Amino acid sequence: MALFFTQLLTGIQNGAVYASLAIALVLIFRTTGILNFAQGEMALFSTYLLWKFTDSGLTVWLAIIITMAISFVGGALIERVVIRPVEQSSALVIVIVTIGLFLAINSLAQVIYGSGQRAVPTFYPHHIWRPGGVIISSDTLVLVGVLAIECLLLFLLLQRTKLGLAFRGVSGNAESSRLLGVPVGRILMVGWGLSAAVGALAGAMAIPTTAGLVPSSMQQILVFAFAAAAIGGFDSVVGAVVGGIIVGVADALTIGYVNALHGIDLVVPFGLILLVLLFRPAGLFGSTHVERV
Amino acid sequence: MSRSQQRLLGLAVSVAVVAVLIVWFGWIFPTNYKSADTRLVAQAFYIGVAAMGLNILTGYNGQVSIGHGAFFGVGAYTTALLMDHEYTFLGITYGHVSFLGTLLPCAIVTFVIGALVGFPALRVKGLYLALVTLGLAVIFPDLATRFVKGTGGTSLVALTPTELAAPSWFADHFPSLSAQDQWAYTMCFALAIVGLVGVWVIARSRFGRSLIAVRDHEAAASSVGIDLARTKVLAFALSAMYAGIAGSLSVLVLFNASADKVETFQNSIEFLVALVIGGTATVIGPIIGGFAVVYIDKWTKDAFPSKPVLSPAIFGIALIVLMYVLPDGVVGGSRRLFAWSRRTLQTRRARPAAPATPATPASTR
Repeated sequence: MALFFTQLLTGIQNGAVYASLAIALVLIFRTTGILNFAQGEMALFSTYLLWKFTDSGLTVWLAIIITMAISFVGGALIERVVIRPVEQSSALVIVIVTIGLFLAINSLAQVIYGSGQRAVPTFYPHHIWRPGGVIISSDTLVLVGVLAIECLLLFLLLQRTKLGLAFRGVSGNAESSRLLGVPVGRILMVGWGLSAAVGALAGAMAIPTTAGLVPSSMQQILVFAFAAAAIGGFDSVVGAVVGGIIVGVADALTIGYVNALHGIDLVVPFGLILLVLLFRPAGLFGSTHVERV
Repeated sequence: MSRSQQRLLGLAVSVAVVAVLIVWFGWIFPTNYKSADTRLVAQAFYIGVAAMGLNILTGYNGQVSIGHGAFFGVGAYTTALLMDHEYTFLGITYGHVSFLGTLLPCAIVTFVIGALVGFPALRVKGLYLALVTLGLAVIFPDLATRFVKGTGGTSLVALTPTELAAPSWFADHFPSLSAQDQWAYTMCFALAIVGLVGVWVIARSRFGRSLIAVRDHEAAASSVGIDLARTKVLAFALSAMYAGIAGSLSVLVLFNASADKVETFQNSIEFLVALVIGGTATVIGPIIGGFAVVYIDKWTKDAFPSKPVLSPAIFGIALIVLMYVLPDGVVGGSRRLFAWSRRTLQTRRARPAAPATPATPASTR
């Protein structure tokens, strides 16, 4: 039973990271309506910034806040400069542009920061408790706590402020919002900025629990975040969180228990996606669209 | 010139252009250029074939897949294993097949797998479907690593020079095309032509029209009697078969079949990029895209030979710029250019100008 709870907690910890990046994906999907392939690499670049700040002696939590602020500006700029010109094109074209961004950002990060392994510190002391054989790491508690705070702040921002109202208006119907005087362009920039900041937080939380920061750090996480967003529904923040936890836990339990799937444990999250989507084609919490003929 | 004369002239010009292209790519190019060049063009051809397959699915049928790297890999493994290994099944020993002998099994295997993957597509749509196919690209390398017993216990199946060489009947008939790289090139070229003709036929057939109808409006398509399930699953199966054959071809060019995680994902992306650069839902677009991907990659690598990490950045930026300039691909772009030049010529000839007709680049899709 101790193994079960240990694996469960590991799963929840990983799930919190996937959820965080999945939220970033959802924020962009809701504004621009596309899947952002560059999301992981944007987070990677932010995490390199964080490493640079902490390496030069800045306090970690302050460095995280500064990194998130810079990422917000960076994300907004990417929307304005790179995405805006193709905004009216087909979704496939925008996806190719984000793939271009993926390649460019990853390669630039390597050029600027090198491809060696970088250690990113945590802002909390590392500690492990072992009540009754169950391994509880402080990482798990902090990651889940940060995710909870992040969700609360996002909820307040989206549901309780005028900006959030405009954001929801644009994601619901951009044309009508424009007619009502909502500055759609600026809202799109905010969406991308928020997404980049949330992604930066995901990187800042995830990387210190791994061996270190390398240029391919975020790719596996991004794949899991895709899975999380698909299970939860691409236009739902709640869905992203639930999906992230489901994917994380399913993966951890498979690794812990199912020997037959040794080395092919990724079958489980993707089998899960298939299963969920077969019954709910728009994810668990996604909204479905009714089409008129 | 009367209208019929104009059409005849147009036909004659296109036949001449096609003939020149076939002679150039089929004979002059492989016999006169170095093996490095033929390998590069061979690569462009097989990426083109894979992109053609993706075009059937994504371009004509509107179902986006980012998992075609997996079908490509299955094709490559089928060919490599059949050429290199020996299997005994129901008392019959089968193996050490020639390259051409592997094509049919490969087509059947990938067709069936494609159809199986197509079934979820009956319910799952758009972005969600793309994610399901992404799962395919992510899982395939793990499956191969676990179950393929390749060279030296790894999942890589490397072929010997004798297995890769041109068969004797080919070398006897075409002695000046008998080097390994020329054989590989010729196969890629020939199958690219076959694939091109295949897509051309499909696009003009009843099935092709129903693909487009399903893409443009599913409910309307089904209300005029199109079998949605059959159309979608068949699109998936055919598309996977193309990608599988492309994988087979890659074995001749790369000398092995491998299941690298990054590579499988990159292949999936590369096919999508080739398709969009060339022009979705056009017959010739994917092959142009194949050339574009291979050569942009080569040029960006050559631009800064001392800094190889920089080349993906240039590739990425080139991709973004291309999408700004040619959002409808090379084929769409040239159609726009053609329509524009014809309009300006006409208005110049017949002043005062008639009201300009708006450009409709996608009208013939």
